Order: sequence, then C-alpha cells, then structure tokens
Amino acid sequence: MTLTRRQLLILLPAAAVAWESLLAGTPEASPNYTMTEHWWSMLIDIPKCIGCGNCVRACQAENDVPDGFFRTWVERYHVDDWHLANPEVISPDGGKEGFPVAKEDEGKYFFVPKLCNHCADSPCTQVCPVGATFIGPDGVVLVDPKYCLGCAYCVQACPYGCRYIHPQKKVADKCTLCYHRITKGLTTACCEACPTGARQLADLKNPNDPIHAFLKTHSVQVLKPQMATGAKVFYNELDGSVR
Amino acid sequence: MRIFRDTGHLFRLAGLFAVGTLSFFVIRAFLVPRSFGEYGHYRGAAISEIAAHPIRFAGHQTCETCHTDVAQTKNAGKHAQVNCEACHGPLAKHADDPSIDPGKPDTAVLCVRCHAASAAKPKGVPQVDADQHANGLPCQTCHQPHNPAIAAGGAK
Repeated sequence: MTLTRRQLLILLPAAAVAWESLLAGTPEASPNYTMTEHWWSMLIDIPKCIGCGNCVRACQAENDVPDGFFRTWVERYHVDDWHLANPEVISPDGGKEGFPVAKEDEGKYFFVPKLCNHCADSPCTQVCPVGATFIGPDGVVLVDPKYCLGCAYCVQACPYGCRYIHPQKKVADKCTLCYHRITKGLTTACCEACPTGARQLADLKNPNDPIHAFLKTHSVQVLKPQMATGAKVFYNELDGSVR
Repeated sequence: MRIFRDTGHLFRLAGLFAVGTLSFFVIRAFLVPRSFGEYGHYRGAAISEIAAHPIRFAGHQTCETCHTDVAQTKNAGKHAQVNCEACHGPLAKHADDPSIDPGKPDTAVLCVRCHAASAAKPKGVPQVDADQHANGLPCQTCHQPHNPAIAAGGAK
C-alpha cells in the first residue's frame, strides 16, 4: 500500500489524537462520586472524648501508618490554677494505648484528638515546590507520593504538626481523611472506631448534613484561628489553653 | 541591500535556538504527567490513586447485613452508639470472605480501655477500678459486651 502525501496528512492528526487518549489513561475509580459535590470537614466533640485511643489505632491499621508516626493522635490537657497559660499536655505514643490514670486533682482535664485540619487556605500546599501536595476539588488536602521529593517544607509549614516524612518511603505523609473510604460512601476509620461519637465526618456542601445544625447551636472553634488557615476540623467546647 | 555581511552564522544560531526550543517542549511533553494541571497545579491522577487504597474497616453497615441479631441486641443497650469494629477491630477481610475467622476480642484488655476509672475522663462515662470491681473475674461473667446492663445477663 502506498500513501499519498494527502492521505498521510489526514492520518497524522488522527494518530496523534489516538496516542493522546492512550496516554490519558482510565478515568477515576469511583463512578458514583463527584468531587465538586463535596467539601469535607470533621467535627470533634471534646466533652465526648474519653481518651481510649481507638481512633489512633484504627488510623494506623487502616492507613499503614508506621509505628511512632501519627496521622491522628490524642492529647490530654491538664489545666490547674497555676498553669492557665501553660497547661500540662501529655500524649504517650499518640494516646494509642490510652492514658495513665489521672488522680482526682485540682483543675480540669480534657482530651483533644488532633488530625490534619484540611485547611481551605492551607500553608502546607502553598510551600510545596513541585505541586506534590494539594487541596482536592472536595476540600481534602492530599499528598501525591509519586511526585513528592521529601524536602519536608510542608512538614515545617503545617502549624498543627500534622505531617511527617514517611521513614521508608521518604515522602511527606499525612491524614487523607480516609479518602479511599469517603469516596465510597463510608466514614473515616477514626470515626468508625470512635466508641462515643466524639468524631464525626461532615460534608459542608451537603445541606442535609447534621453539621450545619450543630455549628449553629454549639460553641465551636477551630485550632489556631489567628493563622487564618481556613481549618475545617471543628472543635466543640474547645478550651482556650489548647494550642 | 544587505545590512550585514556574512549573515549565514546568524541564521545558524537562530536555527539552533529554534531546535533547542522545540526539543524543550518535546521533552517537557514527555516528562510532565498527562493529568498534571487537570484540577490545579498537581497530578490529577494522584487523586484516584489515593482513593484506590484498600479498605480495612468494613463499616458497621456491612457487619449488620449478616449479623442482624447482634445488631438488634446492641441497639437495645447502652452500646448502641458503639460501632462493631470499635471493639472487634478492622474486619474488611472477614466481610469479603466470611470463612476468615475474626477471633474474639479479649475483654480484659478491651473493656478497661474505655471504662477504667480516671479523673481525666468525662464524668458521664461509666468508670470502674477494674481490680476492685471484678475481683479478677472476666468482665463478660456479668456483662454481655453487646448489651452491658447486668439485667441483660452475662455472655454464655
């Protein structure tokens, strides 16, 4: 078969289009999930947290978090008369195996579960030099492990200390808000394992989500609001001593 | 009229520059992933790669499709709000293949995680000093974990 110049010129763009669609790959895995219809957040009800560490263990099991590193952890605060501005904070092994028994004492105790705040204006994504960490169209801050250089700029930039460099993969790692679960209609592993309902996954774009009523009727705060990060993890009855 | 003499080398330089520019764009097209910039300054395909992570916690809805009797017992008692895998641990493998034995959790470890007395816990949570309270007996002698009220009886 011989090709005329005219035929070749017609065939070349067609071949280019075919090659393009081949490179583009397969579309995303969750067909019933539309990213732009969600804006994920979490609600943490501090008076409900009993410091059992279920969330920390669940997160570790669900996401293969290496020992000694945490995507979520629990802190116990003890604020007494003398330490209003300087509370005693403990988090033995991230609170994974619970906390030592506290004796009846002056002042107040409470637990503060922490995780990535999935900030709408997150400092960590702004400093990434290669575009390896980003805020997805559904408001979840994610890390692309194939693109991450492991420079740790984001680890330093996060005001909440929610990121770490994975000891084996040598890339930044953090809470994905169980992205593999929430895109399939499940709740996060920590919310699933929480025995008291102290943690609730919430979708701010869903008008039927109970978070809207909760935010209207409770004293809710985010961590470090002065940093204007647009944090989306809301804490009910957060004490002023929490940093 | 010619402005310069020997303009040939200028054209060679321009040609070299054009080839360099072209090769930059060609190499760039190969090195930058296809989905980069799909949603923003990042690789769009990363989103579905992260979403492809395997699930370990099946979720209580999955458990309840088979274990309806246990769900009923649990929902009648104080542990109604506690999800199955809060105590039983991640069991997606068991949900996929019921022949995999999930094993029974050890109440000696499990119950005190939530119910060991501590001044740090919210006052509304039932708390006991396990050593004094049970005299070494396992919790399920008197309390059935799925419905822990004494009236509901111990586990068989």
